[in-house]
Amino acid sequence: MRIRISHATTYHYDMPPNGVTQLLRLTPRNHDGQYVVNWRIDLSQDCLLHQHEDAFGNITHSFTADGPFDHLAITVCGEVEMQDTHGFVKGAVERFPPALYLRETDLTLPDAAIVEFSEAARAEAGAGASALSVMHQLLANVHGEIAFDTTPTQTATTAAEAFKLKRGVCQDLTHVFIAAARQLGVPARYIGGHFYRADGVTAQDAGHAWAEVYIEDYGWIGFDPTNAICPTDAHVRIAAGLDYLGASPVRGTRYGGHGETLTVAVNVDQASQQSQSQSQS
Amino acid sequence: MLSRTADNLYWLSRYVERAEYLARILDATQRLSSMPLAYVGTSNEWESAVLTAGCATAFFKIYDEANEENVTDFLAFSTANSSSIRSCFEMARSNARAVRTALTMEMWDQINGTWLELQRYGNGPTSREELSRFLRWVQESSLRFDGSAYRTMLRNDAYWFSRLGVYIERADNTARILDVKYHLLLPDNERVGGPLDYFQWAAILRSVSALTAYHWVYRDSLKPWLVADLLILKEELPRSLASCYEAIVRNLDAISGAYGRQGPAQRQARAVRTRLQNSRMDGIFQRGLHEFISEFITETNSLGGAITEQFLI
Amino acid sequence: MSACFDEMKGHDGGVRPPYDELARWLKEVPPDVLDYRRREAELLFRRIGITFAVYGEADSTERLIPFDVIPRIISGNEWRLLEKGLTQRVKALNMFIKDIYGAREILRAGVIPDDLIFRNPAFRPEMSGQSVPHDIYVHIAGIDIVRVDADTFYVLEDNARTPSGVSYMLENREIMMRLFPELFSRHRIAPVENYPDELLATLKSVAPLTAGSDPNVALLTPGVFNSAYYEHSFLADKLGVELVEGRDLLVKNEIVYMRTTQGLKRVDVIYRRIDDDFIDPLTFRPDSILGLPGLMSAYQAGNVTLANAVGTGIADDKAVYSYMPAVVKFYLDEEPILKNVPTWRCREPEHLAYVLDHLPELVVKEVHGSGGYGMLIGPTASKIAIEQFRAKLKTAPTNFIAQPTLALSTCPTCVEAGVAPRHVDLRPFVLSGSDRTRIVPGGLTRVALKEGSLVVNSSQGGGTKDTWVLDG
Repeated sequence: MRIRISHATTYHYDMPPNGVTQLLRLTPRNHDGQYVVNWRIDLSQDCLLHQHEDAFGNITHSFTADGPFDHLAITVCGEVEMQDTHGFVKGAVERFPPALYLRETDLTLPDAAIVEFSEAARAEAGAGASALSVMHQLLANVHGEIAFDTTPTQTATTAAEAFKLKRGVCQDLTHVFIAAARQLGVPARYIGGHFYRADGVTAQDAGHAWAEVYIEDYGWIGFDPTNAICPTDAHVRIAAGLDYLGASPVRGTRYGGHGETLTVAVNVDQASQQSQSQSQS
Repeated sequence: MLSRTADNLYWLSRYVERAEYLARILDATQRLSSMPLAYVGTSNEWESAVLTAGCATAFFKIYDEANEENVTDFLAFSTANSSSIRSCFEMARSNARAVRTALTMEMWDQINGTWLELQRYGNGPTSREELSRFLRWVQESSLRFDGSAYRTMLRNDAYWFSRLGVYIERADNTARILDVKYHLLLPDNERVGGPLDYFQWAAILRSVSALTAYHWVYRDSLKPWLVADLLILKEELPRSLASCYEAIVRNLDAISGAYGRQGPAQRQARAVRTRLQNSRMDGIFQRGLHEFISEFITETNSLGGAITEQFLI
Repeated sequence: MSACFDEMKGHDGGVRPPYDELARWLKEVPPDVLDYRRREAELLFRRIGITFAVYGEADSTERLIPFDVIPRIISGNEWRLLEKGLTQRVKALNMFIKDIYGAREILRAGVIPDDLIFRNPAFRPEMSGQSVPHDIYVHIAGIDIVRVDADTFYVLEDNARTPSGVSYMLENREIMMRLFPELFSRHRIAPVENYPDELLATLKSVAPLTAGSDPNVALLTPGVFNSAYYEHSFLADKLGVELVEGRDLLVKNEIVYMRTTQGLKRVDVIYRRIDDDFIDPLTFRPDSILGLPGLMSAYQAGNVTLANAVGTGIADDKAVYSYMPAVVKFYLDEEPILKNVPTWRCREPEHLAYVLDHLPELVVKEVHGSGGYGMLIGPTASKIAIEQFRAKLKTAPTNFIAQPTLALSTCPTCVEAGVAPRHVDLRPFVLSGSDRTRIVPGGLTRVALKEGSLVVNSSQGGGTKDTWVLDG
């Protein structure tokens, strides 16, 4: 399946800033089952984009835009050829051994409730269950325990806070899953990306997120607790990190100015379908 | 030098200068208000002090009435007033602390000593005598700080920025007094021999420590248009608008000389100075004293903005 | 107490040669003169040091760190040994950090267990695979050394992040030279006042290749509210470099600039006294307002040197400390000249068993703890405290290490009752540049002023002394 993605991040300012510095993780890489056909980043301001690779192998771009300007738009678009690998992630850029991904972070620090929750998943999977079965159990449990709700949480919400609320967005479900997996001794990481919805809804107001865990003898396997599935050819992987912060699409700062409003518009569609709909209209 | 360092030096000087100015206003007001009404009229001197200090809005948010107790507390000791003498010294010291290495030991000692002494005054003096002593101490502290800067600083950009702070603040302060009291200086307000305004004029002169200077310059009894002339156009008087702008231009020129380039701040300052040099009091009265002063205050604010824009951020 | 080694009188009470002159002088000098000088020193410190005293709260005079007027003396031979040992240790520390963020050979060789690094909060995954200018990570190291007898020095702790205290070393010497010129003339003492020059030379030597011939160095401070701000401004002044805060800097096209009254000026080397966590909100803590957004991008592009590098904390972690002898051997193939304090790692079952059996004799420390938190000092702890600690150890053994209670050496010190021995340690400062290693002879001697106390921290009644390294 060929997926076409466009992702626009736009800032509007009541009082124009003197400058903006940002660090972007918006560019996918190839691995088995994912091939980037074309990809482009456009900025509404003229400035240099510096490309690097971060320690986790993600492609980053940094830039400084000189103000004043009343808005700043970062638009990425491109096409990715996807194949279903049943959740297995092979051939991706790996810069660390799996042991690193047992590391706790502020956003994924388990509290007593998450510890209990992770133990419950292990028990439910049954005595002597494989790590893989425990992860599947955990996937179902996180999905069942935490309702999808965009209102109560923000980007700085921790796994423990979201777990207490029992509500959150894909970021929160993923954090809880990661915290619990690590607690069970299974290396886990955060994946930021995009998801092509089967129901035909192409306009989304945010990207998607899911987890990957490392299972001995299998390697890295994706788990998407929001949809209670392992990633398919509908999951386009953009960046990996220990948590949201490490895989965050945009991190930035502003010099001067105020009254900033942020809008994000994501469109994920099948490349072929989109051209059809264009010809129909 | 770092923009922030220059900014701290500039504001350090401004706050010390402002503290001194507030002390002068309080001092002059206290004198006026202690006179029999027959000599000074029925106007509320304390309200006028708050206006001259430029913080009437903040004051009336807290108090209903401007009287000696409220105004003294607000202008001298209040922590709620970000421009009280106490707040000025607090901010002067915190600016000094941030640029400790750009100050000479003597300057630091002065400002830090002042700050430590200020802590001893607590919530303020309890008697008029004590208040007088306090106000004198504030003025002396400012003189000592100014003297230590003048005597010990290297003549480089650090010195010039700190001087700029002094003169911008001073120009603004003198202009504010004129703004509040201008009506007393209008020619048609003169009532020859009447004592009523005499003490008001004396108070104005006192608040810029120019009472004696007046007599040396004019060798005449107090005349309102001469008071205005002295405060606005006489470069000999250190607190006159003309003198402040002479110094502002001189220090900005020193900076542009050292940096090898000029900018909007230099151009704006020169324009104002040229106008002051080319003006005469009768012309100013004709065009309107109040308009002249209002315009001057706006221009000085805008020059402050230009200096900040060009050097301090 | 008598079991301790006294640096003046040794174990047997005779005077050791480096202290000959001082001992004579102490005998000659009338007690009231010593007392007078002591008060004078305090006054001088208040005057010179008034700057740091007033940075504290309203009753700031309390915040002076006590200064002891009797110097601590180290012979030329002793110093040469220390110098060799320090150079070796810091060289190994630098190689270790480069390896940990690079090829990770020491992990593959199994010398250090993976999880000790990967799960360590002081390890910065973000630094992995990044190179730093000239491959130097720890430009300024403060190595805490204790002594137990005439020949044995132990490293108690490596400080590889942003070690402080060097301003005291310099001020102490200044005060001593003013107060006791005659005592100085009786000795030949190696100077320390060139430290700022050596530091500046070190910092300039590690400038990135893209810098000009005269690199611009700046000292980055968290600001006036930081407890070490005095030291930051003191050093910036002595170095003749700008003391900057995050808001004075900006990154443009991966180059760091400072905002000056003449416009933007490029910065090549940042001597930073801000912790990793706060240094760049785009990479580390997003809520930090102290750092410089985009700094890590400039760093990664090789356009700026950070001294010390980001992520050096992995080398001074207490758990990693216990592996230092093996680290020295692994990278240098040499025996460590300076010993480690014997350390039991409770993560290893045999060690844990020993520790549990000997709790009343041991000092047990939390691996990531600092400031004496989560610490058990066996010999002075109550039975209940020991039993409580035993339970903690059993539940989370990986969090702890244990060491024997050391009999730190003592030095003659002015106290209420006259001159008496008090326990001391030593923090020399090791500078690593691209050209060479520089160590100013001596360092900061800290002294526990309370009788019998082994705690030299200023927060717990510790003071400082001038440290004299004899020439020859």
